[in-house]
Amino acid sequence: MNRKIISLVSAMALLGAPALAAADSVKIGFVTTLSTGAGAIGKDMRDAVDLAVEHLGGKMGGKDIEIIYEDDGFKPEIGKQKTDKLVKKDDVDFVAGYIWSHVLMASYKSVVDNDKFLISSNAGPSPVAGKLCHENFFSTSWQNDQTPMAMGEVLNQRGIKNLYIMAPNYAAGKNMVTGVERTFKGEVVGKDMTKFPAQLDFSAELAKVRAAKPDALFVFYPGKHGAQFMKQYSQAELAKTVPLYTVFTVDSISLPRIGDLADGSLMTMFWSPDLDNAANKKFVGDFKAKYGHYPSHYAAQSYDSIMLINSAVNKVGGDLSNRDAVRTAMRAAEFDSIRGKFKYGQNHMPIQDFYLRQVEKDQEGVYTTKIVDVVYRDHQDTYVKDCKMSW
Amino acid sequence: MNWLLLLEQMLNGFQLGILLFLLAAGLTLVFGIMDLVNLAHGSLYMMGAYFCATFTGWTDSFLLGALLAIPATLILGILVEVIALRNLYARDHLDQVLATFGLILFFNEFVRLVWGPIGLDIPLPAFLNATVEIIPGAPYPTYRIAIIILGFLVAGLLYLLVSKTRMGMLIRAGASNRETIGALGVNIKLLFTMVFGLGAALAGLAGLMAGPILSVEIGMGDGILILTLVVIVIGGIGSIKGAFIAAIIVGLIDTVGRSFLPEFLDLFLAEDSAATAAPAISSMLIYILMALILAIRPQGLFPPKGVGR
Repeated sequence: MNRKIISLVSAMALLGAPALAAADSVKIGFVTTLSTGAGAIGKDMRDAVDLAVEHLGGKMGGKDIEIIYEDDGFKPEIGKQKTDKLVKKDDVDFVAGYIWSHVLMASYKSVVDNDKFLISSNAGPSPVAGKLCHENFFSTSWQNDQTPMAMGEVLNQRGIKNLYIMAPNYAAGKNMVTGVERTFKGEVVGKDMTKFPAQLDFSAELAKVRAAKPDALFVFYPGKHGAQFMKQYSQAELAKTVPLYTVFTVDSISLPRIGDLADGSLMTMFWSPDLDNAANKKFVGDFKAKYGHYPSHYAAQSYDSIMLINSAVNKVGGDLSNRDAVRTAMRAAEFDSIRGKFKYGQNHMPIQDFYLRQVEKDQEGVYTTKIVDVVYRDHQDTYVKDCKMSW
Repeated sequence: MNWLLLLEQMLNGFQLGILLFLLAAGLTLVFGIMDLVNLAHGSLYMMGAYFCATFTGWTDSFLLGALLAIPATLILGILVEVIALRNLYARDHLDQVLATFGLILFFNEFVRLVWGPIGLDIPLPAFLNATVEIIPGAPYPTYRIAIIILGFLVAGLLYLLVSKTRMGMLIRAGASNRETIGALGVNIKLLFTMVFGLGAALAGLAGLMAGPILSVEIGMGDGILILTLVVIVIGGIGSIKGAFIAAIIVGLIDTVGRSFLPEFLDLFLAEDSAATAAPAISSMLIYILMALILAIRPQGLFPPKGVGR
């Protein structure tokens, strides 16, 4: 009899333990790429999340913060598995992260359909901003089309008439091309969608660019592909004849390696390390002090993801059981973003400014990017019209 | 049709073909002679590149770095063969696939521990980091020309080694009939180790040559390994000649296909559907070729004598 009671009690203790732990902490799952060649991006994001937790003193709404990192291995199927694990086994309150649009698309339903909040810290594929928009999905980055749309405007301003486009053939690559084609008023004389992530040698495409003689070349090559593209573009000596305009290709992860090749290179973005506001100064300053290099936009967006969650958790006093109250607090997004002001559109995508940035050296001779112009003020993505959500 | 562009794309195709050949030569010998499916061949390619990046950093010279990296990969290959693979010869192919896949994971993690997650770069000396105008109006990177020339030289040396030397005779005999050459009293263990070391050195050479174009990073060999497997299937398993011709064919089809397929499809498809179909089809081209070869001539284009005839 005693033994039966003991085993019953221990079973109850076992079953009860996770529930008790959950009540004491805010659990956040963070899915990013920590292995493969793209692991450097994931590391930058994790560093930023750790810094955010440190800035918050390890607490949100009086509860401990518990972050569970998962590695998607740069593969949609693994990303989905890890997301399912976070949602079902770890029973997290929020899932954040996601570098890659195809990984986010694969994992999307696993989170939003299970009454958990999903915060994209980078990927912004068009469906989640439009038709598939969901009350449980929020972004602290951008919709994929926006940044290249800003670049299209820059190309118009600079009198570019003939443009050649290169991008990888996956969800984000297609969005980036759609974006620049939407605003660019000249003629697109050539377009190459390369296999992703397998193709790393762009010699065939660069030869076509040379033969097409465009006024400019627009590319989107995120992560390691960006560094390799810049190298091959330089080796092919195209810079003299075909100037390069990029989005998400040159970042502070690749700049220490390819700074000399990318010096003076132009890109559009919603943020830059030199953006002048208190939250950004604190973030960039402390990030550099702690890790010894500039944060990337991936890091900045991840930092904002944690700060957004914090604002909502604080507002509901740590009580995450009322999902509607948490959602309302998230929609208000009352936190000091690294981009200055932060406002959500109807589809939970930020309405924000876009800048033209240029690669140059700071006072210490380290390559970084500086803002040279404002391209858009309060820009909203074009897919919001397909989103049926109202609040 | 732009003939100068076609010519330039053919050079690009040769350059890819040469890299594939260096990888395929080792893989096809190991598979043909030792009957070992070695998925970790791509890891040796990666290690060659990492060795070269490290030695180049120490010596400040790419050429010295490359010269040191080749024997280093050769020794590593021999170590891998003696420590891990030797025990697998008697096992079936599935066990070998599992074990060598494990080696891939091992090497990828090893590289992360030693060199870190961010890749390395191999800086080129100035005389290679330039362009030559061999095609009028299209300056072509000198380094890529150097790869093509060196690749043909290595192919020639391999041809001499395989067709004119005693070791080459044993290699050819081994590829045709393993059991008999063992029965004739040839030290098959030593032969296997030497063949594996040679394959590793060639893979390392391919890796260090690819290093300055692509960056040196974790898992860089995993993608190219698939292309290499396609090459040895097309060329005929165990045949160096087959590997060479198939590698050049695959390199040319991949590069020229990527380059001209969109224009070709434009002729009879709407512009939009051509733009979507072209990248999909061009990445399938070599697999279509492999499927055709498997259907018509399953032993490959140039199988070793006495195999599959």
